[in-house]
Amino acid sequence: MNFTAPVLNYALLAPMLIVLAGALVGVLIEAFAPRASRHNSQLFVTIASLVIALSALLRVRKQVSVSAAMGSITFDGAGVLFQASILVIAILSVFLIADQENFTALPAAVPGSDEERHSLQTDMRVTEVYPLTLFAVAGMLLFPLSSDLITLFVALEMLSLPLYLMAGLSRRRRLLSQEAALKYFLLGAFSSAFFLFGVAYLYGYSGSITFSGIQASIVGGSGNDVFLLLGIAFISVGLLFKVGAVPFHAWSPDVYQGAPTAITGFMAAATKVAAFGAILRIFYVAFANAEWQWKPALILISIVTMVFGSVVAISQRDVKRMLAYSSIAHAGFLLAGVIALSKSGLEASIFYLFAYGIATVGAFGIVTLVRDSAGEVTDLNRWSGLGKRSPLIASAFAFFLLAFAGIPLTSGFIGKFSIFSAAYESGSTAVLIAGVLSSAIAAFFYIRVIVLMFFKDPVEDGTSVVIPSGLTTTTIAVTSVITLVLGIYPAPLINFIASSAFFIR
Amino acid sequence: MVTSTTLVYLIALPLFGSAILLLAGRRSDKWGHLLATALSASSFALGLYQLSQMLGRSTEERAITQKLFSWINVGTFNVDAGLLLDQLSICFVLLITGVGTLIHIYSISYMSHDENRRRFFAYLNLFIAAMLLLVLGNSYLNLYVGWEGVGLASYLLIGFWNQKPAYATASKKAFVMNRIGDMGLSFAIMIAFATLGTVSFRGVQEASHTASKAALTAIGIMLLVAATGKSAQFPLQAWLGDAMAGPTPVSALIHAATMVTAGVYLIVRSNFIFDAAPTAQLLVVIVGAITLMFGALVGTAKDDIKKALAASTMSQIGYMILGAGLGPAGYAFAIMHLLTHGFFKAGMFLGAGSVMHGMNDQVDMRRYGALRKFMPITFATFGLGYLAIIGVPPFAGFYSKDAIIETAFNAGGVKGILLGSTALLGAAITAFYMTRVMVLTFTSKERWDDNQHPHESPLLMWIPMAILAIGSVTTGFLFTRGHALVNWLSPVVGEHAEGGKVLLQPAVVSGLALIAVIIGVGIAIAKYQLSDVDSVAPQNVSVFTRVARKDLMQDSFNEAVFMKPGQALTALLVKGDDKVIDGAVRGVAATALGTGSTLRKTQTGFARSYAAFILIGAIVLIAGIWVVTQ
Repeated sequence: MNFTAPVLNYALLAPMLIVLAGALVGVLIEAFAPRASRHNSQLFVTIASLVIALSALLRVRKQVSVSAAMGSITFDGAGVLFQASILVIAILSVFLIADQENFTALPAAVPGSDEERHSLQTDMRVTEVYPLTLFAVAGMLLFPLSSDLITLFVALEMLSLPLYLMAGLSRRRRLLSQEAALKYFLLGAFSSAFFLFGVAYLYGYSGSITFSGIQASIVGGSGNDVFLLLGIAFISVGLLFKVGAVPFHAWSPDVYQGAPTAITGFMAAATKVAAFGAILRIFYVAFANAEWQWKPALILISIVTMVFGSVVAISQRDVKRMLAYSSIAHAGFLLAGVIALSKSGLEASIFYLFAYGIATVGAFGIVTLVRDSAGEVTDLNRWSGLGKRSPLIASAFAFFLLAFAGIPLTSGFIGKFSIFSAAYESGSTAVLIAGVLSSAIAAFFYIRVIVLMFFKDPVEDGTSVVIPSGLTTTTIAVTSVITLVLGIYPAPLINFIASSAFFIR
Repeated sequence: MVTSTTLVYLIALPLFGSAILLLAGRRSDKWGHLLATALSASSFALGLYQLSQMLGRSTEERAITQKLFSWINVGTFNVDAGLLLDQLSICFVLLITGVGTLIHIYSISYMSHDENRRRFFAYLNLFIAAMLLLVLGNSYLNLYVGWEGVGLASYLLIGFWNQKPAYATASKKAFVMNRIGDMGLSFAIMIAFATLGTVSFRGVQEASHTASKAALTAIGIMLLVAATGKSAQFPLQAWLGDAMAGPTPVSALIHAATMVTAGVYLIVRSNFIFDAAPTAQLLVVIVGAITLMFGALVGTAKDDIKKALAASTMSQIGYMILGAGLGPAGYAFAIMHLLTHGFFKAGMFLGAGSVMHGMNDQVDMRRYGALRKFMPITFATFGLGYLAIIGVPPFAGFYSKDAIIETAFNAGGVKGILLGSTALLGAAITAFYMTRVMVLTFTSKERWDDNQHPHESPLLMWIPMAILAIGSVTTGFLFTRGHALVNWLSPVVGEHAEGGKVLLQPAVVSGLALIAVIIGVGIAIAKYQLSDVDSVAPQNVSVFTRVARKDLMQDSFNEAVFMKPGQALTALLVKGDDKVIDGAVRGVAATALGTGSTLRKTQTGFARSYAAFILIGAIVLIAGIWVVTQ
């Protein structure tokens, strides 16, 4: 066997490599820089590497290549859009993460121990969250570009492992946070195992691990169909777990609630983009010709997911859990774009992912601001009357909720409209009907929160909106503006997506 | 067509001013009014510059456009946000910014004691910007944005002193009645798009040659509905009198000179539609004729000086609508009357403001009298406007109103005779009620209380009045010299068509009109100057006077025909909504909540049961795919 040196196209890989380099620099800073200057230098390195990665991506955005890394990474228009969305969302999320008030000083310490207390009192902070974020972002950048199953698996683990840790960093309710992290890890490992089974079956079916090889075998039709069936099913379990589709959703409310809110926002927004990017690529490229096998099952999952998410969200009393179920419902809506299996479905999914990701970061950004003396207040009852005390913040939150509900003049409306019409064009009337109905149910609980904030009297229990830091303000302002602009004047982005959303084989 | 890059600044300057004043808040109290006035004046200067440029180009190249951005781009529906400045819109641009600037100057002094003066100027600037957008938009949709913008500004300014509930109600009334008209405009746009596939002026004009008559008639009627709302024409006229609740400069600018004439602009701008839809055109003249009589009759009975002037505005716009409904023969005259009216009516409103200023905000003319001695400048400027409106030669109104009366007579057949006589009778009544205003206010005996100390207004107030008075004297002569305005507008509204058969010669019409005016003036002088006037309105008057005092029962009519049945209908709907729809909604919500609570129990918190879900899910998924493939 000859061993050939890999040929890499560094220009196309630059965004990922820059983020990874930033992460490594972050590790070094954590190890060697004096404690006083650590936080600022970490923040600087993180933002700088994300921004440089974004500009490196924009520089090569017009290029198309299947051989960026020996056929394992496909660089195409859709990939650029996924990567750009992830980077933008990551930058906005890092602004939220920069507010260290919500992070424990020394995550490695046992909850409730003297060590922990001491580190908090003397503010002996470690700032490992920044390099962890960058590692996760690098994995997310790789995920939607992977075009073979091994790379896909590596990317999956690369983005997941840091997230497991980050979920356990909350400063308050330490045990809940650590429990969430552990659950996320265990279930993630469980679903990864399914994923690997799927990889094995698909290799058994086609004798290939590349998407194009699998597609060629499906077209050829010579393989064992049972292997294909098991392969698609198991790989789907692994991927659907990441996006929180029913019945693989159970981790998400617990993790959303336990993780520090800034991390939840990052996870909810960026992971969705990355995972749906990978799902879209594998279903559009590798499995497209086996449509008749997986489509009915996926339609069922999509419908169950959107209905389940919307219905259960109604009875939630915690704002983060409510947003978790809302995110489950949105995963169902997004699956409609996968089912459409058309160019308009791809375009709609990309627009939806970006719009939803931006609004999610903004909404969680606001959740970080509502606090009392013991930290964030996530009990919805205590949010009542918030609009009378902090009209600006409450209005922004209401605006994001309206975007989630898909009310016109917000980006959510354009997203829902285009994704449902794509599903309808492809003949999935059932998805359209379920989608519209569950949107109506979902509107109920979104608007209930708005009513709570604006039409109920404030509770007098010390709940208040803290004055946001400059970075948090930036995130909330930018996400609001994007959500509004995409609702009023979406044409430029839609046209841009239409001109560059394609997968190459 | 020539493109320009500078048109947008006409609108941007006042819009900028309004934004600054509203955003800076109290910080700009000291200099806000000066900034607003300066920006309005610079917009006027830009307008003059554009006019000089336009005069420098040949006739075919006078219209210029500017594309701002591509606004809507959905399938075959493409609308650019674009501006169009042609011979018609430049007239409006200069009127709006010119009179607007004078009224800004006047308001500096008039509103100087109001603690919210800055906010007032912010709204004025907002109005100027919206009105300019209305006349500069190059499509019905762009016009619609401006149309709604002036509606908003008008609402905010009528209710400017909304601490008085009656004033707040007045602004609400104006807003709601305008909605009906706005609905007409939106229907017109929708029909235009559905049948012609375009909403730009140029596109509709080209399509109008081939479009079906029914579609054009429908568009025309809807545009007329829009015009009746905005221009206070019958049957949507009831709001204008109440709109006088706003500060007097607002009445002068918005409810006399500019916004209320937007309906005339809309009809003249859409000349190609009305020329191709005779039924719609006939409705236009009918509305115009009814309103000119309606306003004139109401004007005879009003004791509130502003309401008398408002009734007169309604009547004069009736003349304009009538002119615009007479087709190519009348468009230019409608615009001419609109421009001269802009001068003399704004001047008279400012005069009324000046009188109120000197009389502790007293508006009842029965409490005035002999103010000539105390306010000589106001008397002189108001008097010049008065001579212009009743149509005494050589003042402005003589030229413009006579032209409309003459065109009406020459419209042909019975229609011509009916319209011409109505217009002529209207002129006599106009002379009567305007003389009544003049006499009651300035020349009759004093009827005010002892604690009143009438005095002339300050310089900043009378200078705008004087300039407008000069306009009232000269514009008619200037516009008609060598048919200047008619020729100027002909590229936009079509060649001025002289009727083949002339029923009455111009000299005869002028003679008749003068006789009508003399009769009107004579009766008024006999009734109010030569005999004593009660300082309280007498109650034992004829039914006719009583009805006229109540605006010819327009509110009672609206109440009986629209409001009461409307309220009954809403009550019924509320009941239905409560029982049927809300019942269903509550049922669905309760079911969903119950289901949600049940499903929620699946969330046990145990990682092992979550893993079990995943396992079961995977098995179901495989089974599902298996079933499908077998």
